[in-house]
Amino acid sequence: MTSRKTEHETPAGPDLSRRGFIKSWGAGAVAVTVGGGYQAQAAEAEEQPLAAEALSRVELDVNGRPHSVLAEPRWSLLHVLREELGLTGCKPGCERGECGACTVLLDDVPHYACQVLAVEAEGRRIETVEGLLDGETLSALQAQFVKEDGLQCGYCTPGQVMAAEGLLRRNPDPSPDEIRSAMSGNLCRCGAYAHIFNAVAAAAKVRKG
Amino acid sequence: MLPAFAYIRPTRLQDVVARLNQGDAQLHAGGTDLLGCLHDGVFTTDMVISLGALESDLNAIRQTEDGGLELGAMARVARIAEDATIRQRYPALAQAAASVASPQLRNQGTLGGNLCQKPRCWYYRGDFACLRKGGFKCFAVNGENQYHCILGGTDCFIVHPSDIAPALVALDAEIKTASPQGGRRIAASDLHMPPSEDPRRETRLKDGEVIVSIRLPGAMANRYSRYRKVRARQAWDFALAGCALNLDLDGDQVRDCRIALAGAAPVPWRAQAAEQALKGQTLTAATIRNTAQAAMADADPMSQNGYKVALFEGLIAEMLEQAAAT
Ligand SMILES: Cc1cc2nc3c(=O)[nH]c(=O)nc-3n(C[C@H](O)[C@H](O)[C@H](O)COP(=O)(O)OP(=O)(O)OC[C@H]3O[C@@H](n4cnc5c(N)ncnc54)[C@H](O)[C@@H]3O)c2cc1C
Ligand code: FES
Ligand code: FES
Repeated sequence: MTSRKTEHETPAGPDLSRRGFIKSWGAGAVAVTVGGGYQAQAAEAEEQPLAAEALSRVELDVNGRPHSVLAEPRWSLLHVLREELGLTGCKPGCERGECGACTVLLDDVPHYACQVLAVEAEGRRIETVEGLLDGETLSALQAQFVKEDGLQCGYCTPGQVMAAEGLLRRNPDPSPDEIRSAMSGNLCRCGAYAHIFNAVAAAAKVRKG
Repeated sequence: MLPAFAYIRPTRLQDVVARLNQGDAQLHAGGTDLLGCLHDGVFTTDMVISLGALESDLNAIRQTEDGGLELGAMARVARIAEDATIRQRYPALAQAAASVASPQLRNQGTLGGNLCQKPRCWYYRGDFACLRKGGFKCFAVNGENQYHCILGGTDCFIVHPSDIAPALVALDAEIKTASPQGGRRIAASDLHMPPSEDPRRETRLKDGEVIVSIRLPGAMANRYSRYRKVRARQAWDFALAGCALNLDLDGDQVRDCRIALAGAAPVPWRAQAAEQALKGQTLTAATIRNTAQAAMADADPMSQNGYKVALFEGLIAEMLEQAAAT
């Protein structure tokens, strides 16, 4: 699965340092003036683009671990998580932001991994369903999906779980309406919605102890 | 897999603006519309220019001297929906933002990106060389047009997909830009391009021009303002009909008003005839009916979207009845 990396490692060489160059810049070089113009505080050199179809080094923080991967600018976070890191809990469904199967947390907040470029995810805390496990033990939220039968085929489940995880971190005691609204970006073709809402409500109770 | 493109994340706005002027470069704010368009082959690009490194410079929400608010173009839609000051002073905007797309997309999509998103017409997004994509005709005219426009259509019959834009129009918001020429201010009601002027552009932004922020005037703060959206199902979807209402009320009397519609026209549609019908009137059953009918007086439905006329009349009337009841 990772053979592409070694294949392209050499040709992509020059881009690796550019990546690091951009990263080391940091923000703060910009001052937007109220008139709508702009000024640069320092006459520093402009960044160089990452070339199309070349691999560049991208530093990702996934489930609390640093990962250094080689990726093309066009690769989505979904693609990199599955194909480069083997985290197949993140599911491809529509790949156009309509189904929620690919939901992951970025800095605790649910996002569609298919709509995020991997290069854009640098510096964010990325969490997938695999990251909710404690060793081989399911988290309380995952366990409630099992207990409440919050699935049929299970394809949408990792995305549902991550959307619910984002909700419960932000709002540990959601009302039924808040649960429905927070889960509304995740489709379930099996129609397990009622059980999914029950699982989220039950998990909120368990987590509060 | 998306078609290949180069990528750059400048740390200076001037570099964004300069690069945007070259080739067929595309701006990436949240990326939710851009990646969808690239995925569906609506257009291609040789270079994606990310605003990511400028996020903290461009996402502030701050008070202005005139008692209004200035919202950075990179403020996420979810934040606009949840911000306590916006909810209190400009509820129509908070409600419009809350009705956008799905929770995940609101977490990622930005204010600027929402205003500049591409249309959702299925011919435009699909495999058709339609007028807007450089072809010669609008396929909706003799095709499936149940979600197309009933007002303002000439040559191309899309509806503008944004919920936020009509709220900004109804609140007299102003768009601030940066560009190779230095930047300017544009009334929200002038931002979008009607097809009668150019069916191939959605906004009047020039090449290399970037939205920096949106200003809400202090004079519109704390008015009775609301946004309501009707869609084909209860969870996320684009508006079949949306209405942003802004009333300056003196008891039951409407001193001044703005009514802007989503899902009606190729641009966020200011219902000026309806505003005229309502201004200076008392909110009675008769004025409410007249206002709703005035909003649709010029409607020119297509073969499958006649239902929108009654839908808009009902929506506007219901919103005004609610205003009268408060
Ligand atoms: C499935 C789905 C459902 C949706 N439903 C709704 C809905 O119901 N209502 C609604 O209003 N929207 C809806 N949207 C649109 C969504 O809200 C937009 O995709 C989002 O707001 C765009 O923001 P972004 O920052 O991700 O834009 P991007 O994808 O980054 O940019 C979109 C476009 O705007 C331009 N742009 C971005 N920022 C600027 C700027 N500062 N200055 C100049 N140009 C800029 C880009 O060049 C690009 O062409 C939906 C989208 C999807 C995918
Ligand atoms: S695969 Fe990402 S939303 Fe459907
Ligand atoms: S359980 Fe089958 S799609 Fe949700």
